[in-house]
Amino acid sequence: MSKGEIVMGALAPHPPHLVYAENPPQNEATAEGGWEELRWGYERLRDSLSEKDYDVIIIHTPHWATFVGTHFLGVEKFKSLSVDPIFPNIFRYNYDLTVDVELSKAIHDSAAEEGLLVKMMENPDFRIDYGTITSGHLVNPKWDKPIVCISSNRSKFYFNSELMQANMIKLGKATRRAVEASGKKALLLSSNSLSHRHFTTEPEIPEDMSKEHITNHNQYLWDMKMINLMKEGKTKELIDLMPDFTEQTVAETEAGCLTWLMSALDFPDYKATVHAYGTVIGTGNAIIGWDPKKAKI
Amino acid sequence: MRDDNVCKGILVPGLPHPLLCPEKNEGWQRVRDAYEKARVELEESGAEILVLYSTFWPSILGHQIQAYPEPEWTYVDEEFHDLGSIDYKFRMDPEFAELAVTKCKERGLHARTVSYYGFPIDTGSIVALKLLNPENKLPAIIVSSNMYANRAESIVLGKSVRDAIDASGKKAAVVVVSALSNRLHTVEIDPKEDRIHSLKDHEWNSKFLEYLEKGRLEDVSQLSRQFHNEARVPKVVSFKPFWIMASIMGQNNLYDGNVLAYEPICGTGAAVVTLTPAEDTAGDLEYDEDDPEFYKGDREVLDFYDQPGMGPLEERDGD
Repeated sequence: MSKGEIVMGALAPHPPHLVYAENPPQNEATAEGGWEELRWGYERLRDSLSEKDYDVIIIHTPHWATFVGTHFLGVEKFKSLSVDPIFPNIFRYNYDLTVDVELSKAIHDSAAEEGLLVKMMENPDFRIDYGTITSGHLVNPKWDKPIVCISSNRSKFYFNSELMQANMIKLGKATRRAVEASGKKALLLSSNSLSHRHFTTEPEIPEDMSKEHITNHNQYLWDMKMINLMKEGKTKELIDLMPDFTEQTVAETEAGCLTWLMSALDFPDYKATVHAYGTVIGTGNAIIGWDPKKAKI
Repeated sequence: MRDDNVCKGILVPGLPHPLLCPEKNEGWQRVRDAYEKARVELEESGAEILVLYSTFWPSILGHQIQAYPEPEWTYVDEEFHDLGSIDYKFRMDPEFAELAVTKCKERGLHARTVSYYGFPIDTGSIVALKLLNPENKLPAIIVSSNMYANRAESIVLGKSVRDAIDASGKKAAVVVVSALSNRLHTVEIDPKEDRIHSLKDHEWNSKFLEYLEKGRLEDVSQLSRQFHNEARVPKVVSFKPFWIMASIMGQNNLYDGNVLAYEPICGTGAAVVTLTPAEDTAGDLEYDEDDPEFYKGDREVLDFYDQPGMGPLEERDGD
């Protein structure tokens, strides 16, 4: 068996608004459009992936929050309806997806070897979180690849950002090791926004773009700081700044997804490709790809 | 007993263990038994509608109120999925939900009903409704917990719900679904070894329960900020359930309190407490917080329209 590899990693945020705006047949709500900059960014990310051969998508999601360890999906098929608890008016999505349970279990075991507390989720009635579905749809609308879904352990709440990062660095390393041992080619998604202070009201027409902007300038400045570090390949500095960034902008990086991704990619020192930056109900969202092949050039 | 449109207040915990596996721990069983006692109290209270406020249902866009007539699903908790699935079918009161939204808007709040098939009702609401209202004798509404709302907004939300209760002409029971201290054990434990996560959490829980047993609901409400700092993992900006409960029930200490159970569930402080309107006050009130009637948005520290005048700077600084 040849050695497996991570063919690409991506920051792939999950605002359900982006699915809503595209009017896919799976979603019951319909829109007139909206958030084009981000949706076109996802198009560019998909284009960059079209040249890649990969077997599985591994998603680390903030919206499956766990407090007792990190959990992994352990059932092969899930088919149900996902209704967003925050934005039910725009996201009621019929999903039908396949899980690579073998790889899921392999990452679970590898993480356990790192000393992390882990658990397989084996209840077939479990409903998949809308973060996984949104990021999964926007990256691969055909759903023709199996996924591995990893919960976000909220150790940041119980301890602090530093401890959360330490655990996510271990989880990233464990993920990379498991992928390499599997012989599979994997795409990794960090399903999170950057700055994450929302508006607390919604326009009558959710896709009214005259109302969309960053919640405050502080968030914008921090988002740009972090994105520029990614563009410059300074991901270790990014990790060092992450606790402050998370604190200052109530960033969704608190879930650990991005730290996990950086670790799994072994802290890229090559330039990331920024496909888009935009806001959704005031939060900062960037679609960014890391192609390890660039490291070899 | 004092005659009041809100004839019962009930605090219950929301983790699924008392519903799904009470036999695994004697304390979990006592919480389950206390739920049963609270159910009987509720049934005898004369309540015609249940108003649930669940800290397990976060909202961002203002306040959401469940209005789907008969939500039905097979539910699995995202953390405790290995405990099994929960089949549910509930009875909501869409008309009352709409009325509550109207009253919220009249007081300046952003609010809406949610009425969608398959909406993911939260673990806490499911556990509470399954155990307090198993045959759906009472129609219910469920009110979300806005993650950004602080005290003023929460007080106004409670008053809005109270307006709706009074306008409806119905007797209501208020159920808040919340742990007291909320620090879970972050490692797997043997259920038999469950305990409150720390002595400090336990002491604060005990202090709150001492007040609640004396019917001092408003005093507990006023202490919520302190409790949030001392005994809560700060996942949200504030500890809101007693602000809501006190605000709906009238912002006083005129209750008979009944602590039916207090036990650890996975480290958290799980209490079942009922409050019944009474004639006599439990003691002096310790009011020192604002009592807002309308919500006018967040007031920022640097908002000039609210800032007291600072006066001119002295010409010399004394050096």
